[in-house]
Amino acid sequence: MEGWDPSTKSTLTQIPLLSTKAGPRDGAPWTQRLKEEYKSLIAYTQMNKSNDNDWFRISAANPEGTRWTGKCWYVHNLLKYEFDLQFDIPVTYPATAPELELPELDGKTQKMYRGGKICLTVHFKPLWAKNCPRFGIAHALCLGLAPWLAAEIPILVDSGMIKHKDDAASSTES
Amino acid sequence: MEVELKEMMNDLDSLMQSLTDPSHRAPIDKLKLRVERLANFGNFGPSRRTKVKDMSAEVVDSNPYSRLMALQRMGIVQNYERIREFSVAIVGIGGVGSVAAEMLTRCGIGRLLLYDYDKVELANMNRLFFRPEQVGMTKTDAAVQTLSDINPDVVLESFTLNITTVQGFETFMSSLKNKSFHPNKQGSGVDLVLSCVDNYEARMAVNQACNELNQTWMESGVSEDAVSGHIQLLIPGETACFACAPPLVVASGVDERTLKREGVCAASLPTTMGVVAGLLVQNTLKYLLEFGQVSPYLGYNSLKDYFPTMEMKPNPQCSNSACQQRQKEYLLVKPARDAATKAKMEAEASSSMEGPLHLDNEWNISVVDDTEPDRIDVKSSDALPEGLTHELPSADEFQTVCTPEAPVSAIDDIEELRRQLDALNST
Ligand SMILES: [Zn+2]
Repeated sequence: MEGWDPSTKSTLTQIPLLSTKAGPRDGAPWTQRLKEEYKSLIAYTQMNKSNDNDWFRISAANPEGTRWTGKCWYVHNLLKYEFDLQFDIPVTYPATAPELELPELDGKTQKMYRGGKICLTVHFKPLWAKNCPRFGIAHALCLGLAPWLAAEIPILVDSGMIKHKDDAASSTES
Repeated sequence: MEVELKEMMNDLDSLMQSLTDPSHRAPIDKLKLRVERLANFGNFGPSRRTKVKDMSAEVVDSNPYSRLMALQRMGIVQNYERIREFSVAIVGIGGVGSVAAEMLTRCGIGRLLLYDYDKVELANMNRLFFRPEQVGMTKTDAAVQTLSDINPDVVLESFTLNITTVQGFETFMSSLKNKSFHPNKQGSGVDLVLSCVDNYEARMAVNQACNELNQTWMESGVSEDAVSGHIQLLIPGETACFACAPPLVVASGVDERTLKREGVCAASLPTTMGVVAGLLVQNTLKYLLEFGQVSPYLGYNSLKDYFPTMEMKPNPQCSNSACQQRQKEYLLVKPARDAATKAKMEAEASSSMEGPLHLDNEWNISVVDDTEPDRIDVKSSDALPEGLTHELPSADEFQTVCTPEAPVSAIDDIEELRRQLDALNST
């Protein structure tokens, strides 16, 4: 696992692996895979909470479990920046990873494809390919989204591209 | 403008009638001629040419197909007009796909199916085809606008969707199966699918659809550093599919470690994309119109102007089950196909020996050989020709790794698991 920081590595090894190789068009095996996805996400969320490093919420937006929506956040200079998170499970999943989208940041950073899809590092896809079908949604969040937020949010905040919601006139909620 | 010119004509007419001295008529006639020419000139711009019923080989300025039909007269292509029977699907109408679509449109292809979910942006203007005034339109709409102006004979169908999503994929599959253009066509409703997408996920989706439909397709790609590219022919069961091995990329020769990726996702050049689109459509024309040699894989390294080629056998252990199914079917029909090919080659060879000597005799004869061309085993990296590398590693041998079983929930009901995650999410 060259190119990953030690904390990402150690977190990753604690997320339960999956075993069913099935995509959303596969019927019953997909339901089995979906159960594994839930178990792995539950374990990862619990782990984050107990490590005081809770940083996302995600749940299936349809009964088939092919679309997921939620939130993710990052703390920079003691301020919390929160964003909508969404993605579709691709038809060729798990051979291909879900493309994680932060629609609110679309157009604000170069490290993004159109539609707000985050641009992953050169290390992500090889590792995902090597570990198919053992990696699932939780692994994609840990390996894809967490390092992306850590790298990009400070830059976006410091350059003034994003403002904390307390500073933004439109928001009243704390 | 038109009204103005008409009035000017009327004025000139009345002037002419009011004249008593006929010697003044000549300059007025001249003026009238010029006004007429201006009026005609104005008509050319916005009006579209009408559809043509048959492709004519007649060499006149007004025939859009004369130079293409000349290919037939020169003996390069046997029956160019067949191009009007073909349907080609182009997935991804970006820097490569849009140019490929324009080339096929100008060639008079019968029908084009266009797929993309993106909009035209100013950031696309370093590439060919789209124009600044089309910014904000969907790429599919903008492409239909331009292409139907260039050649109204082409039947254009456009789909604004993302083929990697479950719903988009279903529409993609059913559109490929639709045979309304040629109800008697064998197989699917299209003759060839061209993948002009810019990401692995979409390529895998095209691969999935084509394996399931037993549909021949061609892959194309330009590297993220914009200096190399490739095209690849994929025939389900016969050649390696896109999932048989990790994707091949042309090594640019630039050291990965010195390539600065910080701050950008991808670079692009109109040149590399234009070259790749040209190679792709050339291979398409050769495949559809059956001339020359169709390349199974052709790479392009622009820094060294190096064009590696090769051929890949399918992987019997391919992770794609539809690919495995196609491989089994291919092995069943292979002996009969090989015999037919050999007989055809021998017949061609003997007839060309007897007949007048053609320039391409030597090529025909060199192919009459029952040995298989060197086809590489996609699994091993050592066998790759110089200048090509695998983009991704293969999946590790599937094995049960020491999964931390302890924290994993023992619950096996999906609703219960969903509730459990929701509960965690709400705290
Ligand atoms: Zn395959």
